[in-house]
Amino acid sequence: MQDTVIESKAPTAKTVQVERTKKTTKTESNAMNAKRSPTEIAESITETVGKPLAQNAKLAMRNVNVHYDQKQAVFDVNLDIAENQVVALIGPSGCGKSTFLRCLNRMNDTIDICRVEGSIQLDGMDIYDSKLDVVPLRARVGMVFQKPNPFPKSIYDNVAYGPRIHGLVNRRADLDDVVESSLRKAGLWEEVKDRLESPGTGLSGGQQQRLCIARTIAVSPEVILMDEPCSALDPIATAKIEELIAELSQNFTIAIVTHSMQQAARVSNRTAYFHLGRLVEVNETEKVFTNPDHELTEAYITGRFG
Amino acid sequence: MESSVLVIAIFVLGIIAFVVGRSRSVAISQNVGGIRFLNSLPFYYGALTALWCAIPSFLVFAVWSLFDDAIIRSAIIATLPAEAAESVGGNLNLLFNQIYNVSVDAAGSESAPDYMVAAAQHLHSMQSISRWALTGLVLACALGTSIVVWSRINPQLKARYQVERVFRSFLFLCSSLAILTTIGIVVSVLFESIRFFAMVSPIDFLFGLEWSPQMAIRADQEGSSGSFGAIPLFTGTLLIALIALIIAVPCGLMTAIFLSEYASSRIRDIIKPMLEVLAGIPTVVYGFFAALTVAPFIRDMGLSIGLDQWLPISSESALAAGLVMGVMIIPFVSSLSDDVINAVPQSLRDGALGLGSTRSEVIKQVVIPAALPGIVGGVLLAASRAIGETMIVVMAAGLAANLTLNPLDSVTTVTVQIVTLLVGDQEFDSPKTLAAFALGLMLFLVTLSLNYFALHIVKKYREQYD
Repeated sequence: MQDTVIESKAPTAKTVQVERTKKTTKTESNAMNAKRSPTEIAESITETVGKPLAQNAKLAMRNVNVHYDQKQAVFDVNLDIAENQVVALIGPSGCGKSTFLRCLNRMNDTIDICRVEGSIQLDGMDIYDSKLDVVPLRARVGMVFQKPNPFPKSIYDNVAYGPRIHGLVNRRADLDDVVESSLRKAGLWEEVKDRLESPGTGLSGGQQQRLCIARTIAVSPEVILMDEPCSALDPIATAKIEELIAELSQNFTIAIVTHSMQQAARVSNRTAYFHLGRLVEVNETEKVFTNPDHELTEAYITGRFG
Repeated sequence: MESSVLVIAIFVLGIIAFVVGRSRSVAISQNVGGIRFLNSLPFYYGALTALWCAIPSFLVFAVWSLFDDAIIRSAIIATLPAEAAESVGGNLNLLFNQIYNVSVDAAGSESAPDYMVAAAQHLHSMQSISRWALTGLVLACALGTSIVVWSRINPQLKARYQVERVFRSFLFLCSSLAILTTIGIVVSVLFESIRFFAMVSPIDFLFGLEWSPQMAIRADQEGSSGSFGAIPLFTGTLLIALIALIIAVPCGLMTAIFLSEYASSRIRDIIKPMLEVLAGIPTVVYGFFAALTVAPFIRDMGLSIGLDQWLPISSESALAAGLVMGVMIIPFVSSLSDDVINAVPQSLRDGALGLGSTRSEVIKQVVIPAALPGIVGGVLLAASRAIGETMIVVMAAGLAANLTLNPLDSVTTVTVQIVTLLVGDQEFDSPKTLAAFALGLMLFLVTLSLNYFALHIVKKYREQYD
């Protein structure tokens, strides 16, 4: 358990180099040199502290590296997401958590310059297998995006889109049922049941996001990835979505990226802290927010930077 | 001073006024504690002075130039003796032109009567007086207005507000220019068409099945009475435009989808400029390509498979013109569609992909519906080009106004007939020439209603993203 890697007296080669450059370029006091910046600490991380692995892993990531062209965005991440568990990914902006999340249903395929290395397994199946078809994969691993992006179609058609393209239902009545149950699960049914034919883009921001969630669960995925689903919403809409996540976690495995630490604390079972592309710490959410193992995690959740 | 020199002088004075006004505002600002205590930046004081210098004097110049000829002329004619008017049978224009020629060309004045030489000298002196008066007036106006403004420059003067108001009116003038021109064209075409319809019944024109505008122009000529049924022309136009759109719309749309959704950026960088080159080829070049290569090829094809037993096959055909025209308008469709498809937000694509859509499902069900208005706009532009295109049709489809739907036969179009009606020496009061205006009006109405319906359809079926 105590996989303490950071040892200021035994720096890795990279740290040494950083400090040497620092000495030659800047003339600072020794006292300042002794206290390293968060960037230096993060760059020296080679292994995650806490408990990144789990018993009944739904998704298992091993040695995941992601590059955009020459720039590396995610460094050597190992993480398990257990079945019916909510894992929150937190960390400062640009730390690679969204990039990492998008690897899990291969959404990064749409970005030409993005390159993913390592192994990501869904129920033991390698999702980066060259023979694998991404279409059924994405039906199993659904995604909700940061900005609500309902299709410019009616509310009904938005929810019916997934079942239609996957041929999940044969009769119109069945489709009606799927739409209703998905909207009910997303907590939107009562608000829109009388205007299913009006455009989805006409809803308020919070309703649009719940529509997007309904659209995702209409395909009955096994895993739902959420990329800051509440960042564009007001506190009331956020509260509704958080309630929804709690309900969804009974049936689905959820990975959620969030900037709100309170949100991570409220909705998740486990929390993973990213910094500069490194997975710094993974632990039970309660432990991360009360007694984190790593100094960077502590600094972040107490608001010392970020 | 010559008019051109005067315009340049106004311009130079404007620049000087700008410099003077600007430096005065800077000088004044020193007294009140710096530029930030001025109402506007020094640039605006300079611009205000320059505008006041140039615009009124230019208006004076323009008004004077418009009216001085007419005034001088009526003054000259008033001085002429009565027999002068009689000598040209009361045609005062002719008389004045003779006087003008005498005044310009002194050598030719020997044979002219005395009163004409006198009038010519009078004309000459009046013109030079007018020119000097104009010069003096314009310069006085430029200097006067700029001095007034210059003296009024003070920190409270709202120079920026006034300059911006002038520029706003200028922008408005520019935007109304195109609209006014359009209205002018429509009105002139409308009046000529009314003259035409006074001679030829609108029923015959709109529903007549035969187009043969050859008719006797003079009473002593022999000729047919001419028939002005526009149906064959519109059939030909629509046939050719339809063939062109059948080629261009699918091809252009597929090109756009390929370029925006599938092509790597390297391929895109090669194909897009090449398509734009296609749009830059002059239509005449397309025309002889159609006439010399495509049309004979189509005729030979038709003959070789024995179509001539059932259909008339002509060496000039609607199909040849339509095919080449279709290729010509592919870039319009593809370039505009490509732009609107690229404008569809990536988040919509991500949303669809995240649900497990295939790429083609994303394109068919999300991207195209969202991009529909722009795509229809591109198609409409292409259709207007196809309907208005003349050169290719003249060369490849012929001039014979056959009423046929057979694409292998030669047909003619509205625009081609307008050209043939107006080329050559024609009087502008015969139905033959006036028919061109009636055709133009009809063409305008057809494209207008086409646009209207297309917009209506788009409004109904578009899927609007925010």
